[in-house]
Amino acid sequence: MISYFESLHIGNLIDSLPGAVAQGIIWGIMALGVYITFRLLDVADLSVDGTFTTGGAVTVMMRLAHYPIWACLIVAVLAGLIAGTVTGVLHTKLGIPAILAGILTQLALYSINLKIMDMSANQSFAFNEDGLWISLGNVPMAILVSAIFALAIIVLLYWYFGTEQGSALRATGSNHSMSSAQGININTMKIIGLAISNGIVALSGGLMTQYQGFADINMGRGAIVTGLAAVIIGEVIGMAILGKRMNFWGKLFFIVIGGILYYVVVAVVLWLKLDSNYLKLFTAVIVALFLAVPYLKKKSKSSFKRAKKKGAKLDAENK
Amino acid sequence: MLKINSIEKTFNPGTINEKKALDGVSLHLKPGDFVTIIGGNGAGKSTLMNAITGVWPVDNGSITLDGINVTGLPEYKRAKYIGRVFQDPMMGTAPDMQIIENLALAYRRGKTRTLKWGITKREKVLFHEQLKILGLGLEDRMTSKVGLLSGGQRQALTLLMASLQKPKLLLLDEHTAALDPTTAAKVLEISEEIIDKDNLTAMMITHNMHDAIAHGNRLIMMNNGQIIYDVEGEEKKKLTKEDLMKKFAEIAGSEAESDKMLLS
Repeated sequence: MISYFESLHIGNLIDSLPGAVAQGIIWGIMALGVYITFRLLDVADLSVDGTFTTGGAVTVMMRLAHYPIWACLIVAVLAGLIAGTVTGVLHTKLGIPAILAGILTQLALYSINLKIMDMSANQSFAFNEDGLWISLGNVPMAILVSAIFALAIIVLLYWYFGTEQGSALRATGSNHSMSSAQGININTMKIIGLAISNGIVALSGGLMTQYQGFADINMGRGAIVTGLAAVIIGEVIGMAILGKRMNFWGKLFFIVIGGILYYVVVAVVLWLKLDSNYLKLFTAVIVALFLAVPYLKKKSKSSFKRAKKKGAKLDAENK
Repeated sequence: MLKINSIEKTFNPGTINEKKALDGVSLHLKPGDFVTIIGGNGAGKSTLMNAITGVWPVDNGSITLDGINVTGLPEYKRAKYIGRVFQDPMMGTAPDMQIIENLALAYRRGKTRTLKWGITKREKVLFHEQLKILGLGLEDRMTSKVGLLSGGQRQALTLLMASLQKPKLLLLDEHTAALDPTTAAKVLEISEEIIDKDNLTAMMITHNMHDAIAHGNRLIMMNNGQIIYDVEGEEKKKLTKEDLMKKFAEIAGSEAESDKMLLS
């Protein structure tokens, strides 16, 4: 036991934090994509597990073919947009439940991602090569560049969801019958939302591949849960700090903060020398807890148990 | 204004639950007509409104609105011409969005939704004025989420939204049924004002015989997916509740007995 604590050096943790922040921002961008479907459209879209990898696969292969990094990222986003559109069409035009539509796309993408990566489970380039915007080799730079990306996406999303079309998309997520009655084509809106969401997720996958210098066929596994973790942590922290002043800017900003916090916690867990194979279990438990707490809180305020207790007390007093 | 030509709709055809909900309904409305619709449960009143708004396609017949044949158009395309207020106050507004955002969405009903900003300064002023007319104090809380409003407030807002872009036809589907009597009266009063102001062509389903007689210039009674009684003008003005009950029993026969309770 003592030797365990002696083996933990706070310096190691501090050294690992900048990397955690960089990864956190990249996952925060991914979470912005998840937020669009999960919160604004009210659809749980599982295709993101596949599109995150697609973004990475496209980036690594184009990089190996010596394309400039901006071209890699643009194609990654396009691939994500297409994948999201496929999920949207499966859901709206073919009547497949949203969750299943996402799973189908995700499954199909596994094969497609392998094909993109030349039928190899992973592909890499030197992470310190020239022309990269983000890289493990220069973590402060990586933090700066990914923060600029995050900020740009927040500004774009804020603008888009304030436009006529973006408002119609939010209305679709809020109330289907009202949207149809106001002349909004809810199927089109869902497809657009899923496409944008997956485009952002693929961008994030591309950035992550650049950062770590490789793409792996499993890099997107559980991405939806990590994204949800960032969204939920961000919402809780944001509400705690801003309270009623929380507006749309705040929501988007704190989602990225949520991504960073998630990776800081991961860094601490790893520093404690917990087996990293348990990370997914850890994430699932955290997300389940955060999703359950608001529900349980509400329930505890009005439960049959409580009603029974109160009733019994009143009866006793009246005797 | 509205020409419905012998429309039919059967739900669950070929199954044990088969139900002929609309059985050859024809109806012509003149511009400015305000029709109240009564009938027992399952008579086809709401089904008629769903057919007009295009929630699903009809099996037979045609629907023409102001010279435009809308029979083949889906709901979101017909919305350009039709304003609708639902029975359920939760259905007509987006709860997660602000009052002003809901109004801005309604203001663009039937228009292409572009990438221009969703609310203009001019509209803010306009919406403020319009909300003031409702007399519910909503103009002072334009940035509140609609989910925080009461059922009556939401219905009043839905009414305003339905009429913001002058519709060719306003459909009120028992829109006061879920409200308490005082609020229901207030919402009905607002409905009347809005219809009068823009001289709208309107249809209103109600379970309240008194309201059906007191409002509008025409009254139709439905039973078993058919219009069984249609009265307008002076004749309608002279109607009493008793007349309607008698008429209903007479035309619909014994099966109407069970519905008598619902109508009274």
